[in-house]
Amino acid sequence: MADAPRLIVDIPAVEEAAKLLYIRALKILPDDVKAGFARLDRGESDATARTILATMIENIAVAERTENLLCQDTGIPIYNVAIGRNVEVDGVALKAAIGRGVARATREHPLRSSVVHPITRKNNHDSSGRFVPVINIDFIDEPGVLRLEMIPKGSGSENGSFLKMLIPADGIDAVKAFVIDRVIEAGGKVCPPTIVGVGVGGTSDLCMHLAKVAATRALGTVCGDPEGAKLEGELSRAVNSLGIGPQGLGGDSTAFAVHVETAATHITMNPVAVNIQCHSARRATATFTALGVEVGF
Amino acid sequence: MTHHDFTMPISDAQVRALRAGDTVTLDGTLFGIRDATQIAMFDRGRTTRFDLRGHAVIHTAPNVRKVPPAEHNLHPAGYAPVCIGTTTSDRMERFTRPLMAQYGVRLVIGKGGLRQGSLDAFRDLGGAYLAIIGGTAALETTWIEQIEDVDLDDLNPESLWKFRVKGFGPLLVGMDSHGGSLYSAVQKTAADRRAAALASIGVKA
Repeated sequence: MADAPRLIVDIPAVEEAAKLLYIRALKILPDDVKAGFARLDRGESDATARTILATMIENIAVAERTENLLCQDTGIPIYNVAIGRNVEVDGVALKAAIGRGVARATREHPLRSSVVHPITRKNNHDSSGRFVPVINIDFIDEPGVLRLEMIPKGSGSENGSFLKMLIPADGIDAVKAFVIDRVIEAGGKVCPPTIVGVGVGGTSDLCMHLAKVAATRALGTVCGDPEGAKLEGELSRAVNSLGIGPQGLGGDSTAFAVHVETAATHITMNPVAVNIQCHSARRATATFTALGVEVGF
Repeated sequence: MTHHDFTMPISDAQVRALRAGDTVTLDGTLFGIRDATQIAMFDRGRTTRFDLRGHAVIHTAPNVRKVPPAEHNLHPAGYAPVCIGTTTSDRMERFTRPLMAQYGVRLVIGKGGLRQGSLDAFRDLGGAYLAIIGGTAALETTWIEQIEDVDLDDLNPESLWKFRVKGFGPLLVGMDSHGGSLYSAVQKTAADRRAAALASIGVKA
């Protein structure tokens, strides 16, 4: 690795990026989500649903034109940090810098702080608190790269989160039925059309994390496990045959897609988790290399 | 399907003319209310100085900007709107009836619909639920003229907000005072289609 690109991470640049990404994610939807809207709009047979989709598409344009937030819900800020090889970074300082970036975005834009203490319900008005922003750290093979992905996870769809510790005798059929039944139960509350994230396997906490990874993955991406990918295709067709439609007011466009992530599990276990992403499927990414910082989705 | 233009507040007769599937556009006053606001009002005995009789409330907690006193002629409550949209109504289901019975509210605006208890309250007391499209707040903010006043502001951002709106809509009548609910109809459709959906992916219902 002697000649491979190296990176020494500049902590003030991380703080700036954390601030910028939060605001950018709230204002500009990724191209894959815009394309998802166009695809649903072409296939929708219900007149009310078509009107609703048209309004959502108009809102995306209004948000960009007026440089305003797409949705009033600033969400719970989540940062996914991917650290490549040959990267030197003070991890403690990096986490603190992300926290400062979130607080500054909230005060300086300003944004609604949607974060409170879980027991006292006190709002610090900086979108932060104990363990929030949520920071997930992982490692990637690319040399000299650090990637920072920001996801403002809206609460209406986050409340559409479900875990069931099924058992082996329930089989994959119970996993499929669980997903269909939770989509019916969630109805319009999760702001459809949605990305339905499904975790299959792992431990209880890993299963729920897989569902979140699935729900926040770009549209058009496919599960790396061929068995999971097969399930994605089946469940995507099935949820869109239920007639729930945009906003739960009827139609074909219940979900952009069902995304599945899998993990190995125990011989006694068959866990399934559902985490839903609303139609405002917001995310933004900054890629740090020795050449500088590049912002995208 | 009829379109109704309302200048708030409205009468019992006006709200009972609404049928599920109609559309409505509002002008004048609109109140913003949310979880913490209603927990304070109905569980903790807090009261508001605002007169909500005949009015509409929207389930919201807006993004606002505090303005200096020099701008209070434009923004009398001390806040300029940044981004104002709606939130999921279902969490506030149990507050519909007391909002109507104790405060005289006529219209509830939100997303995702309310339940049978609210439908009963709309029938008994003369009210309706108007669906606004969740996640389209950039557009909805252009319908807000001003934040006129604010009460219970220690709950910020879940204060009780008084907005002045112009051309706020079209909103879809999701639930009416005659037992009509678009949400119940869709839920019934989904329940009816469940077995076929499961069968299509090899699952016996």
